[in-house]
Amino acid sequence: MKGYAGRFLEVDLTSNNIGEAKLPEETLRRYVGGRGLASWILWDRIGEKWDSVDPLGPENILLLLTGPLTGYFPGGRICVSGKSPQSNGIVGSTVAGEFGVELKCAGYDGIIITGEAEKPTHLFIFDSHVELKDASHIWGLEGKETFKRLVKEGREELKRINPRFGEWKDPSILYIGPGGENKVRMAAVMAKWTHAAGYGGYGAVMGSKKLKAITVKGSGPLPEVADMRGVSSLIEEVCRELYRNELFRRWGTGHGGYYYGNQTSSEPVRNWQEEWHDVKDYGVDRFDERVWVKRFWGDYGCPTTCLKVAMPTSGPLKGAVSDNPDYELQAYVGTNLGVFTPEGNTYLSARVDDLGICGINGGNVLGFAAELYQRGLLTKEELDGIDLKWGNVEAFAELLEKIAYRRGMGDVLAEGTYRAALRLSKEKGDEVLKYAVQSKGIAIGAHGNRSTLDYPSYIAYACSVQGGDHTSIAHLPLDHGDSELTIALYDSAVICWFNAWTLPEDLIWDFMNKVTGWDISREEWYGEMAPRILNIQRAVLLIGGPDLRWKPKENDENPARFYEPLPSGPKKGRAVDRKEFEEMRMEYYSAMGWDENGIPRGETLRKLGLEGVDKILRDKLAR
Amino acid sequence: MDGVSLSSTKTWISRDYSRCSGCRRCEIACSLHHEGVIWPEASRVRVFMLVPGAEVPHLCAQCDDYPCVKSCPFEALSVDDKTGAVIVDREKCTACGICINACPGRIPHLHPRDGYVLICDLCGGDPQCVKVCQEGKWDALRLVREMPQTWQLYTTKLYARTPEDITRDLVKILFGEASEGMI
Ligand code: SF4
Ligand code: SF4
Ligand code: SF4
Repeated sequence: MKGYAGRFLEVDLTSNNIGEAKLPEETLRRYVGGRGLASWILWDRIGEKWDSVDPLGPENILLLLTGPLTGYFPGGRICVSGKSPQSNGIVGSTVAGEFGVELKCAGYDGIIITGEAEKPTHLFIFDSHVELKDASHIWGLEGKETFKRLVKEGREELKRINPRFGEWKDPSILYIGPGGENKVRMAAVMAKWTHAAGYGGYGAVMGSKKLKAITVKGSGPLPEVADMRGVSSLIEEVCRELYRNELFRRWGTGHGGYYYGNQTSSEPVRNWQEEWHDVKDYGVDRFDERVWVKRFWGDYGCPTTCLKVAMPTSGPLKGAVSDNPDYELQAYVGTNLGVFTPEGNTYLSARVDDLGICGINGGNVLGFAAELYQRGLLTKEELDGIDLKWGNVEAFAELLEKIAYRRGMGDVLAEGTYRAALRLSKEKGDEVLKYAVQSKGIAIGAHGNRSTLDYPSYIAYACSVQGGDHTSIAHLPLDHGDSELTIALYDSAVICWFNAWTLPEDLIWDFMNKVTGWDISREEWYGEMAPRILNIQRAVLLIGGPDLRWKPKENDENPARFYEPLPSGPKKGRAVDRKEFEEMRMEYYSAMGWDENGIPRGETLRKLGLEGVDKILRDKLAR
Repeated sequence: MDGVSLSSTKTWISRDYSRCSGCRRCEIACSLHHEGVIWPEASRVRVFMLVPGAEVPHLCAQCDDYPCVKSCPFEALSVDDKTGAVIVDREKCTACGICINACPGRIPHLHPRDGYVLICDLCGGDPQCVKVCQEGKWDALRLVREMPQTWQLYTTKLYARTPEDITRDLVKILFGEASEGMI
């Protein structure tokens, strides 16, 4: 088996049992890794009882999976998955950093974590030395402090185990902040200081298992590949191609704050009441001048280094460290909250990271709350005196903290925008629901589709198996470079989308096959492999439970807001056209082999070898 | 070992830590070159990230008095006449680690699988790590070639410091007052 270590680490936190699992090569070839493999493992192990498994209970499985290209393809990532406490489905959430590479060097393709620990726990991995350690002393700490201690302790431990080696480099660490500990449904699994696997809410899953952190150091080489010379020259070729994208290298996604807001009218402004703004101070040049303390920052093997380290160096917000902030956070804890200063935005990004909350889902719920406040549906008293006015950085920071610690109204909002809206609508009336800008429990990415200048598909979020995820969007034709089937490839090979999407497509297939030695073709991927993954994800979304399940068609919907005409900007008056949307949705169902209600057809599933999925799905839907 | 003398140019890698992007392309290039595989821990240059954002590429500085070479009781280390690099004789090296302790920057480390110490050999004068760092225009690593008449006027030993020490100074440059307590 090439490109794979060939074994998975299996840890049961209830019994403290540490073991190994091997998967047949056939399964790996079918599901590749990362998101694809997560879908299979989760279905295989809990498919039959899917609707009864509480994502925040011990029966849920937390997966940390690499893919065959992790470490080889420039830019390192790891995919985090499990039954999502946001959608009750499966989300493949990838995070950049060195974790995946270290894990492979330690000899594992992934970690499968089950059960629930009695007390705060830290999983420590150094090659085949695997240990569950007490984490009581770091439970409760915020992100940067947690990370700092773990780096120090990790290096000391490495030194203790192998003192003669010389200086040990830092091990790689995934951890949760207070948000995850308190099972906030928007909690992220964090890496470094600012990197987050945000979508899906897997920080809360870690928290529910009382798993504060995972540390890994691998001393071995990456697993053997089919053609090392071929792979090395592909690495060079990919890098050469990517170096040509000078502007993206220079600015990263940080150029978005002005661009998406002004040029394409697609940036959330004040909880999506608008998608246009003309604040020039929110341009990348101001971020560059005012907050960037380092202009190129990247992860393992990355030629693009699109991240920038940001920190206000003076004024009341000084000292808050964040990256860029990248576009999603620029939007979600910036414009979406009426915050239009690089300093305010960097500060809120740093808070989001330190509290271990997904910046997109966190920013979305803050915007939702602020709109309720604007409309008098949430009062200052209910917010314990917080004046949640647009642009009030301190107020948003305060509410964010309440969410992370589930205090007061924060406890309601910690359930995420959709669940909070359901609850508040009971007290305040159904109007509340229309301010929830989400799809299937997951906040819409910071790319609106009313102007059609950014995301042209009206079905982008509505039909995605990952809900409002901004990368995995539904798009036709199915083999389009922006379609969910393509993203599922990146998420399964576990590589960075930013390093992949501008490359000639052949390069990726070539890369894949030179690493694995398999002969996976484009046709096989789009015709069989990706559909298999997406249909499993679709089936579990429809099965859902225990607290929420998604009704086919009815929930394949845009947020109500997207049907309201844009009130400002050059695209003023534009909205999602319902008729066009419904036609597209039908077209998408049919392309995916789903029936007119959006339920995967029996023949589709059977053709993909998913007879079991077919049977269980029909059983569950009949109930 | 006072008799170290170089007959020609000394090759040397200067570093600008504040420009290091943390991409680790240097580690990849180094291990591919020396091991034929991607092997971060077997790379002669290692990028430490004790504080995120403050990455430190750590590799031999070719001290002008070569404390590591002097310290080796087995004569496993020598100085390359052409480049000034420290050359490790794998057969003679017992992996005792004395050179690690002798190095002011604790830069040498053991090969994770085979019993000998790893020290940058400058790839025989054509450093692969510098090549990729330059390709990426990060310029954190730069190749310096000094003429025999001048190289003795400089000391490169100043770069032989521990990762902690370098990081401590680097975070001050990057984060100023906020760096207090970061490491
Ligand atoms: S290649 Fe250069 S920028 Fe990248 S990690 Fe090495 S020294 Fe730093
Ligand atoms: S930096 Fe360390 S390894 Fe290099 S010459 Fe000096 S003592 Fe030797
Ligand atoms: S010069 Fe060569 S041996 Fe030395 S660190 Fe760079 S790549 Fe490795």
